[in-house]
Amino acid sequence: MWFFTPEEKEIQKVCRDFAKNELAPFAEHHDNKETFNLKAFKHMGELGLLGITADPDYGGAGMGATAATIVMEEFGKACAGSTLSFLAHSILCVNNLNNNGSPEQKAKYLPKLISGEHVGCMGMSEPEFGSDAVGMQTKAVKSGDFYEITGNKMWITNAQYADVVYLYTRTGPGKKDLTTFIVDKGTPGFSVSKEIHKMGMRSSPTGELSFQKAKVPVGNRVGNEGDSVIHMMKNLEIERITIAGISLGIAQACLDQCIKYAGERKQFGKNLAHFQIIQKMIAEMYSETEAMRRMLYTVCYEYDNGNKSNNLASAVKLQLPKMATKIALDAIQLHGGYGYSREFPVERMMRDNKLNEIGAGTNEVMIMIIAKNLLREALRD
Amino acid sequence: MNDFQKELCRNLAKYCQDVIEPHMEHDDAEGKFRMEFFKGLGDYGVTGVTLPELYGGAGLTYSDYCYVLEEIAKVSVPYAVTVSVSSMVQTILNEYGNEDQKRKYLPALTSGEEIGAFALSESHSGSDAASLKTTAKKVDGGYVLNGTKMWITSGGIAKTYIVMARTGAEGAKGVSAFIVRDGAQGFSYGKAEKKMGWKTSPTKELIFENCFVATEDRLLEEGQGFNVAMGGLDRGRVAIAAIGVGCAQRALDEAVSYSLTRQQFKQAIFDFQGLQFMMADMALEVESSRLMVFAAAKSIDEKVHNSKLCSMAKLKATDCAMKVTTDAVQVLGGVGYTAEYPVERFMRDAKVLQIVEGTNQIQRVVIARHLKKEYENHA
Repeated sequence: MWFFTPEEKEIQKVCRDFAKNELAPFAEHHDNKETFNLKAFKHMGELGLLGITADPDYGGAGMGATAATIVMEEFGKACAGSTLSFLAHSILCVNNLNNNGSPEQKAKYLPKLISGEHVGCMGMSEPEFGSDAVGMQTKAVKSGDFYEITGNKMWITNAQYADVVYLYTRTGPGKKDLTTFIVDKGTPGFSVSKEIHKMGMRSSPTGELSFQKAKVPVGNRVGNEGDSVIHMMKNLEIERITIAGISLGIAQACLDQCIKYAGERKQFGKNLAHFQIIQKMIAEMYSETEAMRRMLYTVCYEYDNGNKSNNLASAVKLQLPKMATKIALDAIQLHGGYGYSREFPVERMMRDNKLNEIGAGTNEVMIMIIAKNLLREALRD
Repeated sequence: MNDFQKELCRNLAKYCQDVIEPHMEHDDAEGKFRMEFFKGLGDYGVTGVTLPELYGGAGLTYSDYCYVLEEIAKVSVPYAVTVSVSSMVQTILNEYGNEDQKRKYLPALTSGEEIGAFALSESHSGSDAASLKTTAKKVDGGYVLNGTKMWITSGGIAKTYIVMARTGAEGAKGVSAFIVRDGAQGFSYGKAEKKMGWKTSPTKELIFENCFVATEDRLLEEGQGFNVAMGGLDRGRVAIAAIGVGCAQRALDEAVSYSLTRQQFKQAIFDFQGLQFMMADMALEVESSRLMVFAAAKSIDEKVHNSKLCSMAKLKATDCAMKVTTDAVQVLGGVGYTAEYPVERFMRDAKVLQIVEGTNQIQRVVIARHLKKEYENHA
């Protein structure tokens, strides 16, 4: 985009090269085997990307939503699963810790997370509380210098690899009596209870976390009791914006692949590019992708310049994943039988993108939020 | 549905749900096809529904057959596809084969003992099928086939193949149809395609290297192969459409029953109007597609030649399957994205319905061609 700063342009270039060399060639393999590209993840740490938004005092890059979204787009073009794991680590875990942790907590946890020595995740959803996350039931009960945590957390990206969990729990009966903790791997009573097999994003591990009277020191509480809702609110916009960045990458990659294929594949004596129906598909994919791109990066720009709009972030999260699913489905269609096979990446991209319509707030939840914001006055009636 | 159809579907549904369903998640993950399931379907008389009883078929109508396919597809799109391709091969043999060919090949296919497959596509000829390159060279007593066929549904599990090969000049008129058996010398299988869906239905390349086929295994005369291929087209399209309806119906069933039990914000998610509208639209899509499919099936039963309607039914019902399965994943949310619930499998299975038996782009070309003809005739 024309308004990217020189630093953001540099990040774009670095990520584009990295994605091309270290993500794209292995994406099919990890999708097939349902394995995590840990090597690439570690290398992201060496490049300084794992703390893209974090304070430079702790090893972070200190950049904004625009830079983080650029990373998502570039990585998303090559391997959306690895990108989702990157997001869970750097936005859901690192960025939250950076926003809310005490100086001691930050000094203890951030450097290793940012260097890639440790993998991070966040625990919010539960089996019975997905869209209705604030209804969560995982309990933290104080006993002396510790809290005893009991409950299950579901859909946890990076669960199986995580050294550090940024965890939300319930500490009282009130709706907002939620408290945040940092939980270390190896804490007695804490385990990964289940691996989840998914339609897409298969190179991003997903699991269930189980806490059975897990003892977490009081020093690992983030902020005060009852602070979780404030913590969640602070991170909402950047989560929605960055996950939309993955969808932008997927849409762009589908378009690029379609243009390439339309020039190669011959039917009825000429290449597909000559058929008007193919031209229509490609022209529409392009205009949709550009609409996505310009909406997304404009919202990023505003976010980085002080307008953190919940409504715009939700609108971005509603539009981009939805449009990218449509584009990816069309990309399969344009490739015909080949598009349905694993020989071409478009079917994987479609499977991967579907998650973005569900994770980090479903389309329906985005609709609910936007409508509530817009109709606040009218709903008082 | 008449009483007979209801009875047929009730028994078939029970078999599919009790026997096939429990294995589908596992078999989808492993890409495993089970011949015993196909034979089981044969025992219910649904592997040769429309074929005459003389050759072991059930002698039923195309409408009956569409209900059967819908029922199987509700449990497994790939098994419904295996049945439909094998049935198409039987229809071709029944219509274009001579008495000897029918007696020799049909009984094993109608009974479900064996599977039939149809080989037209090649790596460079998909939608443009008439440009196929596999050759059949005339020799003493028969032909020698050379070439590679691609995207062959039931490749490797089928015993009887109808293979299109070139005996003459370029274009549709140089193509002939042959019956080739599994195990014929010079006939082997290439790589199995790794696909997004239809994982329990193997898709393979067929490789012909100096494969001899006797003259008696040629269908019709030389150069009439394309008539054979095109003759089964309308019916093939309606069959895929019926499978699309079954696939969509299952997704709708899953979405509604899940949303009635899943609680969020202290109420069943079904009670949110946003989801009600989504599911009302899904039900509308399924029902309108079903009506179109049965209008098309009826036109086949009544021998009214209506290719436009058949193309429209294929286009409508398979677009419906894609949309409804995608929305069903959305209604189920996170669990819909996992293999624990069947909707993501049905979504993956739906996509290729928009590609096979003429891509949905080709269906539009067919519809437009008919429109032009109709309007020019009026003018």
